[in-house]
Amino acid sequence: MLSEKSLAEIARERAKYPADQARSVLLAALRIAQEEQGYLSDAVMEHIAGLLGIPAIQVYEAATFYSMYDLQPVGRHKLCVCGSVSCFLNGSDAVLQHLSERLGVSPGETTADGLFTLQEVECLGACKDAPMLQVGDHYYENLTQESLDALLAKLRGESDDVR
Amino acid sequence: MFVNGVTLQNRGLPDSHRLSVYAGTGGYGALRRVLLDSMAPDQIISEIKKSALRGRGGAGFPTGLKWSFMPKGVTGTKYLLCNADEGEPGTCKDRDIMRYEPHRLIEGMIIGAYAMGASTGYIFIRGEFVEPIHIVEGALEEAYAKGYLGQNILGTDFSFDLYVHRGAGAYICGEETALMEALEGKKGQPRFKPPFPASYGLYGQPTTINNVETFASVPSIMAKSGEWFLNLGKPNNGGTKIFSVTGHVQRPGNYEVPMGTPFKELLEMAGGLRPGRQLKAVIPGGTSTPMVGGEAMMAVTMDYDSIAKSGSALGAGSVIVIDDSVCIVKVVERIARFYMHESCGQCTPCREGMGWLWRVMHRLENGQGREEDLQLLLDVGSRIEGRTICALADGGVAPVVSSVRLFREEYEYHIRHKHCLVDGGAA
Ligand SMILES: Cc1cc2nc3c(=O)[nH]c(=O)nc-3n(C[C@H](O)[C@H](O)[C@H](O)COP(=O)(O)O)c2cc1C
Ligand code: SF4
Ligand code: FES
Repeated sequence: MLSEKSLAEIARERAKYPADQARSVLLAALRIAQEEQGYLSDAVMEHIAGLLGIPAIQVYEAATFYSMYDLQPVGRHKLCVCGSVSCFLNGSDAVLQHLSERLGVSPGETTADGLFTLQEVECLGACKDAPMLQVGDHYYENLTQESLDALLAKLRGESDDVR
Repeated sequence: MFVNGVTLQNRGLPDSHRLSVYAGTGGYGALRRVLLDSMAPDQIISEIKKSALRGRGGAGFPTGLKWSFMPKGVTGTKYLLCNADEGEPGTCKDRDIMRYEPHRLIEGMIIGAYAMGASTGYIFIRGEFVEPIHIVEGALEEAYAKGYLGQNILGTDFSFDLYVHRGAGAYICGEETALMEALEGKKGQPRFKPPFPASYGLYGQPTTINNVETFASVPSIMAKSGEWFLNLGKPNNGGTKIFSVTGHVQRPGNYEVPMGTPFKELLEMAGGLRPGRQLKAVIPGGTSTPMVGGEAMMAVTMDYDSIAKSGSALGAGSVIVIDDSVCIVKVVERIARFYMHESCGQCTPCREGMGWLWRVMHRLENGQGREEDLQLLLDVGSRIEGRTICALADGGVAPVVSSVRLFREEYEYHIRHKHCLVDGGAA
């Protein structure tokens, strides 16, 4: 179900917590599974429950509570545009609108080619570099229309760098 | 003025995140002295008390006093946690400390662990902060390699293990007991207090939790003395503080200045307003703190007491500057949406109330407001405040209620004319 590499990573994370606190590694296990498989299917969540020796309900609870977990497949690149107040004051609505137009999707939707999912999210803790967005592991800050277009071109060009 | 001199003092150096650079500027010197002189734990706590350092995570609780609550001579593990969940709109300082000064945070935690007898620690970093996570993990590896972490630190009988725990996306995990639940692999829902973490924290064990900036202030205090730190600021408001200045300023950024610095000077440092603009309002401490009118703010100095006098709070030092180009109703609607999204849902006044406040704000913003809506906002607010498990709900009420009081005319205009008084466009 999960690759050797993912299992080894989960085992490394497991070692951070006391022997009788297997559940503490749950958030890490879900992240690692999602990194490998793109999203969290019921099957992988049940697998993780078995792996940690905890009831599956505890896995679903966590997976549905936290915003970074995807329970459905998403585009290869998830564009998370911050729409909280400091970004809003610096034009985040225009960023969202520009991306919406360029990609032909509304926030919450995925492009037909499966490359991009557009999302508006709350504060990502980079408010001084507003407006900003996150794609994968990276923050892109002080966005302009030009830098957004350049970013889209770059992501289209190397569309296999994520996962 | 003493600027960027404590927790961000190495920010401008190349590779400031490396142990060699940190050590080259005296880093880990305080820890060495504490351990090699076998300083008494109580002596450390009393030095921190003297410094008047107060928690930089938002609540401003005196750090030395908090440390003194950790029970002595208990069996089992005592834990030390660092809150790096930074997620309140306008707050972006802990990220920079972790990116530029991870060793300062780590050294502060090791000194804290020694003072409180903690043997295990976790730095809870919000999951989106992938870059800071990697930097802090790299710094931990360096610190282990140098013998500052692990068994028998610097050859003494003090041992301390420190790990990064990644969050998974939820502002509420910044609340200290929700953070502990998340560390235990559960939904991040705050616990009832009491019991407080010092008696029942992570895994039910005695636990102390502090913010990144709080810990990062400790090495300088121990290197130079509590009195030195105190005197940088003013009585009861010791030291310097990072202010994240964002919004409508020309040079947004993190400015670490002495407590008591006039807001006017901070605004200048941040490049001032854009040409031709007037200061309309400031949220001085992050969106959970009440809004202050522009004119009143110009008379405030940046410290706990002065900001409290203006009717707001220093919070996490997240100064959101709002000029006259934007409609206040629109700004507050956006803030209200955050609290609706982020309520963890376990208290009815918060779960229902945050949504209610947003819906009323939303219809006001969209020209469907009614005359009685302003009173409704105040009434709903007063029925939420003080009736919930954690402070998220009060934080969601603050911007709404304060803005209705300050900008009533603008709200009324909105209701009568069904659109903004100003053209409402953001930058
Ligand atoms: C809803 C909510 C969110 C919070 N978020 C944070 C946060 O992101 N970072 C933080 O340090 N403190 C946050 N706090 C405050 C913590 O509960 C706690 O007071 C703090 O971590 C203690 O550290 P300090 O004394 O060093 O400030 C939050 C509190 C609440 C009620
Ligand atoms: S006040 Fe809101 S966020 Fe805090 S515990 Fe209650 S429902 Fe959760
Ligand atoms: S408001 Fe956008 S990163 Fe904080």
